[in-house]
Order: sequence, then structure tokens, then C-alpha cells
Amino acid sequence: MVHLEVKNVDLSFGGVKALRRVNFQVEKGQMFSLIGPNGAGKTSLINCVSKFYEPDSGHIIFDGREITNMRPYQVTRCGISRTFQNIELFSGMTVLENIKLGRHIHLRSGSLAGMLYWGKAKKEEKALEEFLDEEILNFLGLSAIRNRMVAELPYGLQKKVDLARALASKPELLILDEPVAGMNREETQNLIEHILEIKKAWGLTVFLIEHDMAVVMNVSDWIAVINFGENITQGTPETVQKDPEVIRIYLGQSYGQDMKEGEGTS
Amino acid sequence: MSLLIQVLIGGMTIGSIYSLIAIGFVLIFKSSGVLNFAQGSMVMAGAFFAYTFVVQLHVPIIISLIITFLLAAIIGMLIERIVLRNLRGVSIISIIMVTLGISYMIDGGALAIWGSSNFTYPKLFPSFTLTVGGIRIASVYLWSFLTAGGLLVVFLLFFKYSKLGLSMRAAADNQKVAVALGISANKILSVTWIISALVATAGGILLASISALHINLSYIGLIVFPVVILGGLDSVAGAAIGGIIVGIIESVSGVYIAPYLGGAFQQVAAFIFLMIILLVRPYGLFGTKEIKRL
Repeated sequence: MVHLEVKNVDLSFGGVKALRRVNFQVEKGQMFSLIGPNGAGKTSLINCVSKFYEPDSGHIIFDGREITNMRPYQVTRCGISRTFQNIELFSGMTVLENIKLGRHIHLRSGSLAGMLYWGKAKKEEKALEEFLDEEILNFLGLSAIRNRMVAELPYGLQKKVDLARALASKPELLILDEPVAGMNREETQNLIEHILEIKKAWGLTVFLIEHDMAVVMNVSDWIAVINFGENITQGTPETVQKDPEVIRIYLGQSYGQDMKEGEGTS
Repeated sequence: MSLLIQVLIGGMTIGSIYSLIAIGFVLIFKSSGVLNFAQGSMVMAGAFFAYTFVVQLHVPIIISLIITFLLAAIIGMLIERIVLRNLRGVSIISIIMVTLGISYMIDGGALAIWGSSNFTYPKLFPSFTLTVGGIRIASVYLWSFLTAGGLLVVFLLFFKYSKLGLSMRAAADNQKVAVALGISANKILSVTWIISALVATAGGILLASISALHINLSYIGLIVFPVVILGGLDSVAGAAIGGIIVGIIESVSGVYIAPYLGGAFQQVAAFIFLMIILLVRPYGLFGTKEIKRL
């Protein structure tokens, strides 16, 4: 079943064409990766999906629903959540407050009840704390730092808080924009394991953008390649790795070499 | 000694009202970067609404207050919906000028409707005199302090624990991400302006109860500047403390310094104090010191 479909999406900034008729489909429960050189339009594309950008034309369909003209908060309510390439946390808040905000959309009690902290709101709050405790904080190993201010945390942990916040809304589609950028090998390994584990446990669809080819080739079920805002090719990691066009425009001459090293690390 | 204590009580009362008004100012600044020059006019207008219902239309006090707050909320909402929402993407300085325009419109409207005389404000609270250790405290001060203080505590808890309060802090911190998490930026801004109008109205009613009602009450918008700059423009708790400091400075200087330097000194005392503080701590007493990591 197709979970997310991007159909003929065009996006331009003034005279610059960022995306030209980009097409692909993400199957439900798939680990889908979008790769391409810097500036290829990967982040622009997910910004179209999460509605920060308005595509000039084309359609984005999630779970059979057209989301092309929705507002950003409505998209989140449909079950899509994302992390950010450059960490974008609420720096003046604690880890727990940041993560709670990810859960924001699921708290339904009215504002007045929430304000007064009564009855149903209190019950919801308790259920929320339990969910966050067990499924998010403990799982990602963030329990001990739940009340620390995020600005004080080292980079790797901030990345994890970003992931935790995206997971807190219990999405169906998780978009990860370079989740392991800037991490060392051990941190990368650790984070990827967590992502795979929660994907399996929740039956998540994961949409990954990542430059670490070892990671991409090892975890992906399907890979789409774009360059200068255009589709180049797509397929399984094996076929994409061997595609001569991909090797030429994206991975460069030493690509074959990198890939062998990449395979060795998992 | 008993005079000093009375002066301090008076200062803290006025100060707590300043804090209340300043919270509205800080909220708008935090969530949109806009300095709302109309805050003082909303204070004045709120006080006049309550006056009109209670005195001129003879509506029972409780109902008058409910209608007044509803009206204030609607005005706050309309200012955001009609004016500010259509100015999205316009430079902040232009929006600030627009708030100044709104302020003049409200002031002019009030002058046209109510004129520029002094009005004796109706007694909204049951009055009594409390004597503690030989010091008499007028009940209006006590009521005002309790009301303002109570509302301040409610707001601090609201921002710390409620879902809406947390969302408002999130939107103020990083709007892009807040939106990505499913928080509607429009709704947050709307709520911000509503709360701002409500606290302005509460402040106006309390201030008018203590002194008298005159359209000059809108000048209170100016005293909000030393309050929020002392507290740090981006800190709600700072605004609360800043208000009390300014209130005390005003009343102390009014009684102990003004007799030597002239009565007008009371009005500038807070600004002189502000200047000294800014020379020492340019980011305010409680504001965030900006440290750039290289």
C-alpha cells in the first residue's frame, strides 16, 4: 500500500527551480531514503511535505488524502512528524517540555480544563507522562536528563531529543532529515538501532535523508535519487549502487570504494 | 517608620498592577517581536468600559465586569485578526508603528466618547479598613494587591503547566518548529492578544479604583517600558518582579524625594533607575544575556 505519494512536484524560489516534476512513492512500513548531492532539493522536498513550502504545482498524497493544500499543523495531525537537519529545539525549555510539545496534538481536553488542570485534563496528563516515560524517555535513554535544559546538552543528545520529540506524537510517517549528521560512528550506530527498533515496534514508515552512505545502503528498503531538483533513479540499494548515472553525478569516482567500506561496518 | 511601611505597601500594590499589564506586553513581544504601543490605551479603554456599565448603564458589578472582559477579549482578538494578521511579512518596525496608530485611535475614540474630565471610579470591592500593628491599610489596596497577585500566580502556573501555555512558550521560542509540531501559529497569536487585552483591562480597572479615571490613564503604557526592560523583555517572571520594583521606586520617590525636587520627580524616578540599571546590565535584571559562541 502506498503511504506517501509525491506526484509531479514543482517548486521554485524566484527564478531558481528547486524541484522539477519530482515523483516517488513510499510504501507503508518501508524504510525509504532520499539521497542526492548537497543542494539537490532533498530538504526542500520534505519542506513541501511538511508544508513549510508551498509547491508551485503537483500533488502530495498521504494515506490516500491529498495534503498538498493543508496547513503545517494539519499535516502533523494527519500523522506525519519530522526532525530537523540543524537541531531546532526549544532551547529555553527542558528535555521533558520539548518532548511533551511533540505530543501536543493528542491532548484533546479544552484549553480551560488544561489551564485549570482539572479532571480529564489531569488524567490525560498522567497517561501522557506514562507513555513518554516508557516508550520514549526510557527507550532512548533520556530519562536521567529529562529535567535538564536542552541548551546545556551535548550535540548528540540534542539530536536524540529532536528524535524523541518527533516520536512523541506517535506518527505513522517519520521524516528524518540527516539524523546522524555530525555524529561519530558509535553514536550513529546507537541511533540507527533505536530507529530500526521503534520502526518495527510501531510499524512506522520512515522517510530518511542522510549523507552517510553506509547507513543509507544498510537500512533502506528503497532509495530515490534526485539531483538539481530532478528524479535520477530509484530502486533497491543494490540497484541504486550499481546505477552508472548515480555513480557519475552523485557518488563520484571513488564511490565503489566507499560502498565496500560501508557494507563492512554494519 | 509606619509611613515607610504604608509607602511600601502602596508601591507594591501599584507595582503588582504594573506587572500584570507588563505581562501582556511581554507576551506579544515574545511571540511576535512586536512592541505593542497600544497596551496603555487598552488599559484605559478597559477601565472606561467597566465604568460605563457600572455607573452610566447601572448594570450590576459582576455582570459589568464579565461584559467588560468579554469586550476586551474581542477587541484584542480583532486587533490581531484584522490588523496584525494582514501585516505578516511586513517589517517589525512598521508593525510597531501600526500599534502606535491603534493607540491613537483608541485614545481619540475615548476622548470623543467620554471627554477629558476626571471620573470618580465606582467601588467594585466591599470596603473595610484593616489595621495591622497601628498601620491602616485601605481595603482598595488590599483587594488590588490580592487580585493582581492572584492573577500573576495564575499566569505563571499557566505558562509552566498548561498545554496552551506550553504551546505559547514553544511558539515564542521557535515558531517554525512549533508549527511543525502541530501548533497553530494563528491561534497562538490570537490567544496572546486576547490575554494581553484581558490583563490590560484588569490593570486599568484596578488602577482607576485606586486613583481616579481619566483618559490619561493610557500613559501607563509608557511606564510599562521601564518595567519590562528591567525585567528583561523576554521574561514573564521578570516582568512580574520589574513591576513591583518600579511601583516601589515610584511611591518611595514620591514621598521622600519629590518634596525636594518637585512632584514631577515621581513620574521620572523609574526612568532614572532604568537608565542606571541599563548602564550596568544592558540586558535587564532578568533578561537573557546573549553570549555568542564562536
